[in-house]
Amino acid sequence: MSDSAHPAVHPAPTTFIRKWVFSTDHKIIGIQYYFLALIAVFTGLALSVLMRLRLAWPAESWPWLEKIFPVGFEGGVMSPEFYLAMLTMHGTIMVFFVLTTAPQGGFGNYFLPIQIGAHDMAFPVLNMLSFWVTFLSMGVMFAAFFVAGGAPISGWTAYAPLSALGEVAGPGLGSGQDLWIISIALFCVASLLGALNFITTVLNMRTKGMSLMKMPLTVWTWFTTAILALLSFPVLLAAGILLLLDRLGGTSFFIPAGLVVSDTVIENSGGSPILWQHLFWFFGHPEVYIAILPGMGVASQLLSTFARKPIFGYHAMVVAIFAIGMLGFFVWGHHMFVSGLSPFSALVFSILTLAIGVPSAIKTFNWLGTLWGGKIRFTTAMLFAIGFVSLFVSGGITGLFLGQTSVDVQLHDTYFPVAHFHMIMGVAAIFGIFGATYYWFPKMFGRMLHEGLGKLHFWLTFIGVNAIFIPMHLMGIMGQLRRYAESTEFKFMEPLQPYQEFVTIAAFVTAAAQLLFLVNFVWGMFKGRKATENPWEATTLEWITASPPPHDNFGGRELVVNHGAYEYGVPGAPRDYVMQTDPPLESSK
Amino acid sequence: MALALAILIWAIVLASVALFTGEFGWFPPQISEHGEAMDAQFNLTLIVVAIGFILAQVALGYYVWRYRDRSGARAVYTHGNAKVEVATVLITAVTFVTLAIIGQRVWIGLHLEDMPEDAVQVEVTAQQFAWNFRYPGPDGKFGKTATRLINDQLNPVGVDSRDPASSDDVVTLNRMAVPVNRDIRLTLRSKDVTHSFFVPALRFKQDTTPGLAVPGHFKALKTGEYEIACAELCGLQHYKMKGFLMVMSDQEFEAWLKERAEF
Repeated sequence: MSDSAHPAVHPAPTTFIRKWVFSTDHKIIGIQYYFLALIAVFTGLALSVLMRLRLAWPAESWPWLEKIFPVGFEGGVMSPEFYLAMLTMHGTIMVFFVLTTAPQGGFGNYFLPIQIGAHDMAFPVLNMLSFWVTFLSMGVMFAAFFVAGGAPISGWTAYAPLSALGEVAGPGLGSGQDLWIISIALFCVASLLGALNFITTVLNMRTKGMSLMKMPLTVWTWFTTAILALLSFPVLLAAGILLLLDRLGGTSFFIPAGLVVSDTVIENSGGSPILWQHLFWFFGHPEVYIAILPGMGVASQLLSTFARKPIFGYHAMVVAIFAIGMLGFFVWGHHMFVSGLSPFSALVFSILTLAIGVPSAIKTFNWLGTLWGGKIRFTTAMLFAIGFVSLFVSGGITGLFLGQTSVDVQLHDTYFPVAHFHMIMGVAAIFGIFGATYYWFPKMFGRMLHEGLGKLHFWLTFIGVNAIFIPMHLMGIMGQLRRYAESTEFKFMEPLQPYQEFVTIAAFVTAAAQLLFLVNFVWGMFKGRKATENPWEATTLEWITASPPPHDNFGGRELVVNHGAYEYGVPGAPRDYVMQTDPPLESSK
Repeated sequence: MALALAILIWAIVLASVALFTGEFGWFPPQISEHGEAMDAQFNLTLIVVAIGFILAQVALGYYVWRYRDRSGARAVYTHGNAKVEVATVLITAVTFVTLAIIGQRVWIGLHLEDMPEDAVQVEVTAQQFAWNFRYPGPDGKFGKTATRLINDQLNPVGVDSRDPASSDDVVTLNRMAVPVNRDIRLTLRSKDVTHSFFVPALRFKQDTTPGLAVPGHFKALKTGEYEIACAELCGLQHYKMKGFLMVMSDQEFEAWLKERAEF
């Protein structure tokens, strides 16, 4: 294993361009991904703030917003097409450019090679390409805001035939939708390159003694996530190409015969809208785990580090990660219970879906087990990890409702699933990203973030997200439908308006609290206290090297791993933690 | 810090439990034959979820407070306990799969049981942003339709008048009448994009997928007027795509149909 680590050693770059722009260093690429995600997340957040504004006060006029958005806020009131464009772009940007890039492309790139003792990824040039294709993809996506007709209004799921028919079906469904599809196709290519790299690196580049079962759980989750990406993104890529052909090439993969849109007869025939849903969700459900699995890895890493205890049930955790990942490929049909899918297959999808609750319960149980008997240090990173567990429980457990055929019927496409997936794949995953940021920032930038500011950020965000998303479940029960620009048209939604206002105010406070994070981040990069090699007294390999690590990660050292990833509180050891490269303990022989 | 976090987590639990007692809003009242079983399954799930949610969050809060760093001995050194893991797997697997299986009864009743012969037939054809309803008339047969005949004003579903079965078909816009306590058999279609026929009071939701004729059925048990909403994003005025379900007595229904037929 140590021999195969050598090919990736490449000399440190000397020019600015090769060092910071077209870098092949996994650490720089990780930081590039992180900054890309940072731009994306604040864009996505701004879009959601605009949406919340309309939902709470649909009739209110905001003349100053008309100055910023002359198209979309005519007369100061947000048009419904603008609302739907915001909705589509919010979902797309958050799912692809934040939740798929930051945990995997960002932290995975930076720390996976270091945590297994490698000098770089297996294919550094491929790694560079995967970032720049992602960058291009984001550029194309953002361009959709500025073309004639604006961004698409078909949602992040882009259900055909709405997404296939072109502008006859609605504004933004012309070139905006084309750019959306091209962007997603590029993103799929980039993710495939990244996934190949991650898998090869884990299998081939581990340093001496780093057996699979000594790997940190973060590495296990990045590895599993890469496998999911490898198997699911090609399907979305194919679906995207077919959809583009339907729009531009006159094919009919998703458009059936006999459609009449706004009194215009559509000449296509033979396609199936359900096919799009199958292909999309065959990708879309694993995508949920692509977003959340790295967060689970981070939570495990942080809980163990700051409880000063080995992770409870390491083997069970590894099995659970794999079980969640693999089961995730057999449940896509639960998004389609009311689509006209065969009612028989719905029965099977339902039972498999609830089965995912089992490995999820194992994970929760083991996180609690890790805290049990610990000596918890309340760093900001730890607070976010504890918050992650709480949100994982709240967000995950409501899957028991939605996974059941008969319960889903009423709740489908209401705010209930919106609350459910925001809680789990949105904010729980974001808490994983925040936890990882507060934990690894010192290693990445050589300086510490401000703990006090970080804690304030945690408290406001944790209270805020609960205040937004828990009432949203109730709104779904009461019948609030999703993707409604306003809920004033229906009597049964009338009682919901006060909830809309409450959620909007909670969202504004939570969004504002994210500025604390931004301030802390920028301050930390330039003014933060200098970080030592191992500020958290942690055990994994990134903590035996300088902060930030040298170009080859370990300064020419070849590492030998003697211990598991989470040896805290070992009786008889000189300190309360045993680093993975520490010499074998006398007592353990 | 530890105590504050524990209290916050417990407060979230309390607030959530209070929110889901029904005091702050709940499902719209239900009026269909299958609705009661559906709501019962929801309530059963709610109990399971509440137990899991409360146990996990209360334990999390307690551990956070109980095991805060107090100077002294090291943490307990353990790598886990295989027996407890196996027990967790068994308990959750049995609970979740049982729940899934119990929930299927309602689904099977909704989708896989034969309809009686005398069910009232209604064809639902969704379009951007309206609901068309068609009744077969006294002959009990829907006339043929053709895409080229569709005209949004004059012939919204494209009924072919040359087909004798079509002469007594009744087509209405955004208003669907059904007799109370009778089986209603629906055929759901769409002219353009995917919509979803949702009647909250009926506990009925079914996508109308272009190119498919999706069957559905229900029995309404209470007369009155109920809103129909579109539940699948269908374009600009998705949020305004409204119809009405009017549940009436048999006589009123016959009179209503007759009136429409003459029109």
